Amino acid sequence: MAMTATAGHAHADPHHIGLVIEHPGPAPKRIVTAYGFWIFLLSDIVMFSCFFAAYAVLVGQTADGPKGSEIFEPRYVAIETVCLLLSSFTCGMASIAADVRNRFWFYLSMSVTCVLGLIFLVLEFREFADLIARGYGPSRSAFLTAFFSLVGCHGLHVSAGVLWLLTMMAQVFAKGFRADILRRMTCFALFWHALDIIWVAVFSVVYLLGSGV
Amino acid sequence: MLGKLDWSAIPFDQPIPLVAGGVVLVAILAVLAWVVVKGHLPYLWNEWITSVDHKRIGVMYVLLASVMLLRGGSDAIMMRIQQAVAYQSQGYLPPEHYNQIFSAHGTIMIFFVAMPFVIGLMNLIVPLQLGVRDVAFPTLNSVGFWLTATGALLVNISLVVGEFARTGWLAFPPLSELSYSPGVGVDYYAWSLQISGVGTLVAGINLVTTVLKLRTKGMNYLRMPMFCWTTLASNLLIVAAFPILTATLAMLLLDRYLGFHFFTNEAGGNVMMFMNLIWAWGHPEVYILVLPAFGIFSEVVSTFSGKALFGYRSMVLATMAICVISFMVWLHHFFTMGAGPNVNAIFGIASMIIAVPTGVKIYNWLFTMYGGRIRFATPMLWAIGFMVTFIIGGLTGVLLAVPPADFILHNSMFLVAHFHNVIIGGVLFGAFAGFEYWFPKAFGFRLDERWGKAAFWFTFTGFFVTFMPLYIVGLLGMTRRMQHYDVAAWRPWMIVAAIGMAVLTIGVICQIVQIVVSVRNREALRDRTGDPWDGRSLEWATSSPPPVFNFAFNPDVRGEDAYWDMKAKARNEALAADRPEYQDIEMPRNSPTGFVCAFFATIMGFALIWHIWWMVILGGLGAWATFVLFAWRDHDEYVIPAAEVAAIDRVNLEERRGLVSMAGTV
Ligand code: HEM
Ligand SMILES: [Cu+2]
Repeated sequence: MAMTATAGHAHADPHHIGLVIEHPGPAPKRIVTAYGFWIFLLSDIVMFSCFFAAYAVLVGQTADGPKGSEIFEPRYVAIETVCLLLSSFTCGMASIAADVRNRFWFYLSMSVTCVLGLIFLVLEFREFADLIARGYGPSRSAFLTAFFSLVGCHGLHVSAGVLWLLTMMAQVFAKGFRADILRRMTCFALFWHALDIIWVAVFSVVYLLGSGV
Repeated sequence: MLGKLDWSAIPFDQPIPLVAGGVVLVAILAVLAWVVVKGHLPYLWNEWITSVDHKRIGVMYVLLASVMLLRGGSDAIMMRIQQAVAYQSQGYLPPEHYNQIFSAHGTIMIFFVAMPFVIGLMNLIVPLQLGVRDVAFPTLNSVGFWLTATGALLVNISLVVGEFARTGWLAFPPLSELSYSPGVGVDYYAWSLQISGVGTLVAGINLVTTVLKLRTKGMNYLRMPMFCWTTLASNLLIVAAFPILTATLAMLLLDRYLGFHFFTNEAGGNVMMFMNLIWAWGHPEVYILVLPAFGIFSEVVSTFSGKALFGYRSMVLATMAICVISFMVWLHHFFTMGAGPNVNAIFGIASMIIAVPTGVKIYNWLFTMYGGRIRFATPMLWAIGFMVTFIIGGLTGVLLAVPPADFILHNSMFLVAHFHNVIIGGVLFGAFAGFEYWFPKAFGFRLDERWGKAAFWFTFTGFFVTFMPLYIVGLLGMTRRMQHYDVAAWRPWMIVAAIGMAVLTIGVICQIVQIVVSVRNREALRDRTGDPWDGRSLEWATSSPPPVFNFAFNPDVRGEDAYWDMKAKARNEALAADRPEYQDIEMPRNSPTGFVCAFFATIMGFALIWHIWWMVILGGLGAWATFVLFAWRDHDEYVIPAAEVAAIDRVNLEERRGLVSMAGTV
């Protein structure tokens, strides 16, 4: 931002604060896109917080069904968490690779991200399938309703992220590191990291607190 | 194959919806046929349907809102007639039909009239006021509009295929749960709001980004016109509140479709959670609607008083204060549901605090008018009418925010009168003011003043005759949503209200006539200067209607009331003696993405409502494929050559020279 003293635009500063920061004009596209996407992410986080709130309200409503501590498998959840955290790292690598326009590292890090994401999804799917098989599906109790919805909502986001990831790889393959592709890559990376942050919250609120009870 | 859909979905035994639906269908087909036969289809497709120009999209939003206003208005007329005749009798509407009408009325008026109206005006004007070429994400803008249209379409389909919710406009469980509402009505409600809600969120993100990141040179925050500020506040609220609605409706749908237990009576579900969630969205929603209206009044009052807005900074502060506080009062919608006196007291006080910044605004408008040279043009009439009306609505709101009073008045006709008072007298009057004020900007000719004034006076009078009696019957103990009643004392007031409705209807007719007459006389009403009201902000600095690129040069702003300053300067220096070289302008290309996406969303929504699963998959795949295709395209911009820009701009400048010599005489 350019700083100009008041002298030039005396009437722009009716309260004589002394300094006017002149707005330089519309921001470049790269910034606008990332900024808009940030705002979308914030709204997505608001949506998640509703499911968190629902979980907090309903966690005790087990309707004589199982409690969290009786059904959670901390070992699997730990593996899931490690996968997701690592994938955030490899996603960061992919961003850097895209920035320096290195195709090899880009494909490699994106592939690893994808595999980690898929492992996460498979583990989560197994957990869900197992619970449903034991008769502890989401309609068993309000607690399970909230549990499946919160964790499932995150899982849906990860699935969408994997699809997006594959589309990004295909786009780089077909079009190279064009400016618009790089903008999308920035958004994808933001999305993936945000999912990680949300998972940390899910992990703490649902599994860590839940296993203790 | 067709899920729950079969012939019994069509209400052959109910003449009213069937005839109404039939007439509408014939009208739509006739218009379509006319368009095709006359060869207007390519024009419509290229210039409007696929347009990503914020001005066109804004106009389409307003058009959608106006059409839906007629639909919601017919529901209102039917309800007023019912309550006028249903004294010690069944009236003319069967109960379950009446319940559908009031639910559809509320849903349509809030989501498909008020919302698209204000979003449309913001879309149309905000980039112009900021001095930029378009919103931040033009294609997404088109997607947002068409998804809103999808929601509106689904609601209207429910008129003839199946039924609409009978649960009121917020579909409270457990009534809206499958066990109590087994039909498709609630599904129509939830899916149309879910789809149009995505559209609203997209619009919100778009406008927030536009205001925060796309402002012309020198347009500091404290030089933005008031309407841009209220747009910012309103869209921040959209971004923060609409995801709550999405989540809440998703939970309700999970309950209904998959047997989940968020809000059920069984298995530990919690109905109060719905109340909290829906009002955590619902209260901010009313401010999402009314804040842009406040912005419009600020622009109108200052323009027609010929003065800068009084207390601009306090206005900004009040706007942002309302934006924040509106998130902290949702519980006043269920004082009576057992949260306890302390909680009620806190939320009661918080609610009353909102009246403070609102009061600040009213005083600022009054002081703006004080000592000004006031012109009573139609937009100004709406603004003054609003101030009178809204004060009453605000006061009754403060009354309702007193928990003990609310225990008596809650769910009564008094409440109905209150929120119509603020929504009609606030939001709708604002929308009309904005419509009259910016119409010349959008179309290049003015609206007929005589019919406009007639419309105002009929609507204004009709409003009071309709809704003041509702306050009275509320105090007399009448509850809301009554299908029929036996209390003699209410009867006369219900008849007065029905008469008021008739007067209101005349107001609406006047407005339609106004448009027809103005279109007929458009040559005489043509505005060549681009600045018919002697305006103060940048939208008046370009021609009417503005060229696609809005401004040949990004304006350089040097203070509040950007265009007023420029005019004052120009009067001294003669306008634009030395302009820099014209340059090529890049604009986003038109794209059918929005329309095609909404097409598939409609299919998917309809299929979801009727449990036609293969069609759901088809619609989903289609919408997804549209996005991938869009992501794949290589050129999303086209270039307007400098010579063309220059040619367009010179015409505008010539007209404006005339204006400069006239300025001061207006
Ligand atoms: C000073 C400002 C306001 C205050 C203190 C206030 C207070 C209240 C209270 C306490 C209620 C709940 C009454 C009950 O259910 O018993 C209510 C209802 C309502 N208000 Fe306001 N209000 C204010 C302004 C507004 C504005 C500006 C709007 C719209 C633009 C609005 C729209 C509504 C609606 C739609 C309802 C009824 C919702 C329903 O139950 O269906 N209010 N208001
Ligand atoms: Cu409220």
